[in-house]
Amino acid sequence: MFRKLLMVGFVFLFILSACAEEPDQGTTSVPTTADEGTSAEETPAGARQLRVMTHDSFAISEEVAQEFEETHNVELQILQSGDTGTALNRAILSKNNPLADVFYGVDNTYLTRSLDEGIFEPYQSPQLANIPEQYRLDSQNRALPVDWGDVCLNYDKIYFEEIGIEPPQTLEDLLEPEYESLLVVENPASSSPGLAFLLATIGVFGEDGYLEYWEGLVENDVLVVQDWNTAYYTEFSGSSGRGPRPIVVSYGSSPAAEVIFADPPIEEPPTASVTADNTCFRQIEFVGILSGTPNRDLAELWVDFMLSTTFQEDMPMQMFVFPVLEDAELDDAFQQYMEIPENPVQVDVETISENREEWLQAWTETVLQ
Amino acid sequence: MAAGLDRDCASVSESTSDVVQPRAEKRRSQITSLLLWLPPLVFLLLFYFYPLGSIFEISLSRSEEGIWAVLQDVLASSRIRGVIGFTLGQALLSTILTLFFGLPGAYLVARYNFRGKSLLMALTGIPFVMPTLVVAAAFNALLGPRGWINLGLMGIFNLNLPPIQFTNTLGAILIAHVFYNTTIVLRILGDFWSHLDPRMEQAAQVLGANRFQVLRKVTLPLLSPALAAAALLVFIFDFTSFGVILVLGGPRFATLEVEIYNQTIQFFNLPLAAVLSIIQLVMTLGLTILYSRLTSRLNRPINLRPQAITQRRLNTWRSRLFAGAVITLLLTLLVLPLASLALRSVTRLEADMGQRGEVSQGLTLDYYRELSVNRRGSLFFRPPSTAISVSLGYAAITVLLALALGLPAAWALAGNQNSTASRLFDPLLMLPLGTSAVTLGFGFLVAFDQPPLDLRASPVLIPLAHTLVAFPFVVRSLTPALRSIRPNIRQAAAVLGASPGRVFRLVDLPLIGRALLVAAVFAFTISIGEFGATALIYRPEFPTVPIAIFRYLSQPGGLNYGQALALSTILMVITGGGLLAIERFRVAEIGEF
Repeated sequence: MFRKLLMVGFVFLFILSACAEEPDQGTTSVPTTADEGTSAEETPAGARQLRVMTHDSFAISEEVAQEFEETHNVELQILQSGDTGTALNRAILSKNNPLADVFYGVDNTYLTRSLDEGIFEPYQSPQLANIPEQYRLDSQNRALPVDWGDVCLNYDKIYFEEIGIEPPQTLEDLLEPEYESLLVVENPASSSPGLAFLLATIGVFGEDGYLEYWEGLVENDVLVVQDWNTAYYTEFSGSSGRGPRPIVVSYGSSPAAEVIFADPPIEEPPTASVTADNTCFRQIEFVGILSGTPNRDLAELWVDFMLSTTFQEDMPMQMFVFPVLEDAELDDAFQQYMEIPENPVQVDVETISENREEWLQAWTETVLQ
Repeated sequence: MAAGLDRDCASVSESTSDVVQPRAEKRRSQITSLLLWLPPLVFLLLFYFYPLGSIFEISLSRSEEGIWAVLQDVLASSRIRGVIGFTLGQALLSTILTLFFGLPGAYLVARYNFRGKSLLMALTGIPFVMPTLVVAAAFNALLGPRGWINLGLMGIFNLNLPPIQFTNTLGAILIAHVFYNTTIVLRILGDFWSHLDPRMEQAAQVLGANRFQVLRKVTLPLLSPALAAAALLVFIFDFTSFGVILVLGGPRFATLEVEIYNQTIQFFNLPLAAVLSIIQLVMTLGLTILYSRLTSRLNRPINLRPQAITQRRLNTWRSRLFAGAVITLLLTLLVLPLASLALRSVTRLEADMGQRGEVSQGLTLDYYRELSVNRRGSLFFRPPSTAISVSLGYAAITVLLALALGLPAAWALAGNQNSTASRLFDPLLMLPLGTSAVTLGFGFLVAFDQPPLDLRASPVLIPLAHTLVAFPFVVRSLTPALRSIRPNIRQAAAVLGASPGRVFRLVDLPLIGRALLVAAVFAFTISIGEFGATALIYRPEFPTVPIAIFRYLSQPGGLNYGQALALSTILMVITGGGLLAIERFRVAEIGEF
């Protein structure tokens, strides 16, 4: 019996000691980071390595990436780390011993979380001078704007032509009987366009009014699904999935994507976005240098590069977002089919981060239960 | 020792051996057991407990009030209690349904030999690996608002709205779970059943028992160890279900796993996520302990017979009718959704723009061709061949690693179930299955951040993570077979002078050959299909096939959708081919005896 007890103790000690190793590592992390940096610099062929952590939607053309690598004799290592929330949380969890030198992809709904956790070092990029003030949400320049895109209602053009009613022009329109059972939205707790749409309703109807608006949507038989894929491909009638609902919450760039990825080629997108005032929510994405990087000089070069004409002009066709750089030229297909809302809904980033959880909780209780 | 004694009852034989065995021998058996446990245990400590402990520690340190306060909040929240209740309830229902649909199939493949059987087994194994998003697309092609069944019904009865509401229902969750997990029942149960001596059932019949009595009094008790193992695995899979709940269940349903994900990613409430993770682990552990208690009572050494003796051909009209019904059921449930998806991958969807209601005309291979075209010159573009070889490479490593670690563990469990080491470690084996992917993924991130183990950005992590999931399957597939080997065969070999290694090679290995293959099949399919953990740790240069499918599905446009379906079809073909190949891999002396 006694020996058995000893065994149990041994095993638990083993497990405990494995856990206990952890705090030591936290405290010794600073010198090790430096070590790691020097070893990274010693990669063969004299090329230093720059690690860019980002979300899964990040894309860049081979040519443009090569240009950066050759100009600065750098080897790019891109770490795609899940969706925006997942990637950001990974950056936060590894902040004592950063996984990368630069993080790209935090958007205005997550901006405050990233700044509060202190994962970025400020960088006054010379390129900032060419970027409009409206995108520069962090006055200390820890997070620098790279691109923006709108989350808008998309509709099935053929459906509305056949039925002979006008597509909705305001969020209030969606409460009208003629739009009953037509709308599909994403759950804001699990989907980034879903959250953007919820924020749009909060921006328009205020913190006191948005729940009432949503009650109206529920009465008008709104369908809530978990993610963008399901909404767009399964439930929406305008795209390839041929679902039953002709209005969906998607991106302002989706109609252009329908043309660019059509097979066989088509002239006109089968869908369109509603871009009237106060219907869309604008997402702005930021890049920042991760605190404690041993490759600060390279990180700065990369941030400047992301804000340069080369990258900004490559980006729209790769990621379906708009450049923040005003003189960046857009691809024809992009220009032709993209409709840009003049006055998207504005919600202050501080307010978003303070209330996100509360809003989502209230929304869940109102809409799902 | 009397041979008759240990044949009759395992517990009697063990207590007898306790008396007969000298103390030194008993100690030696304890030590052997511990030695066998060592490799799997070191692996689990390093790649499971260490990362898990790290993430729990960091998560809980972010809470000011400490773990108990968080736990109290959790238990006081009626919403979370509801989540726990739903998680258990749907898992129980799903497991019962899966067993219900799996049992006739298991009987068919166990007792009958017919042409196309290995094809049937391969086909029914494919669902297990399909990514949830693809499965959702498959079910929608069939049962969705514009699926063929709804369109057909609307046409026949002249309806305006689709009569069947599938997505966002509990029914969708249950059907998807049956779809995913029936193969577990077919394989674990079917394999074990195929080696049961049919003469016992025949003897019962001769003695006047009717079919039902035979089933209840003879077959089910004999089957119970494998039945319990299959039920446990299915239950834990359903219990930690994530993708199915999210995509098919919709936003109204949440399991613990979904809640952990939301708390981690959306709210970044790590203390709460950690406490929920711990609750999920404790429940998994509880279940496993219950299972161990149960099976140690259920197991008895029995005569395993070669399939050549136990299996018949479909000679009678009655057996043919039965086989026809079961095969139709399995094909409808498991293969039809996949077939509809494969059909869509060669169907041009844009051709009928404007002719709403018509599903489509025109077949095309364009989506397949387009897979190898880097249209936008993207840096991350990889041709499908890369994704396929990456997936197969990871799968091969996973199979080897999981077998290398699982075999000693299973042997220790079977050899001396009552050794201290076995009793302690057995319940720990299932824990990786009950662990939230996002918790473990973040655990890897915070644990392996130091050289020499800075694995955070290393492709090595992926087969390691897959092995963690595959390992319990390997152990559970092997243990029932190893346990049922009568000790006197081993003892006879040993008496005749065979070394332990030789005993293993000449006695155990041939007897468990089939189970070994089953284990390899599970490791292979788990690795090929794993998405949750892979998505957190993969490198864009080395995408697996499910990752590549997901990338196509996250962009709008007909071409992307078509390519996702095309790649899914390729995944099905590879998986089916892989399963067939493993089944063929049987060497003459392994598997048949």
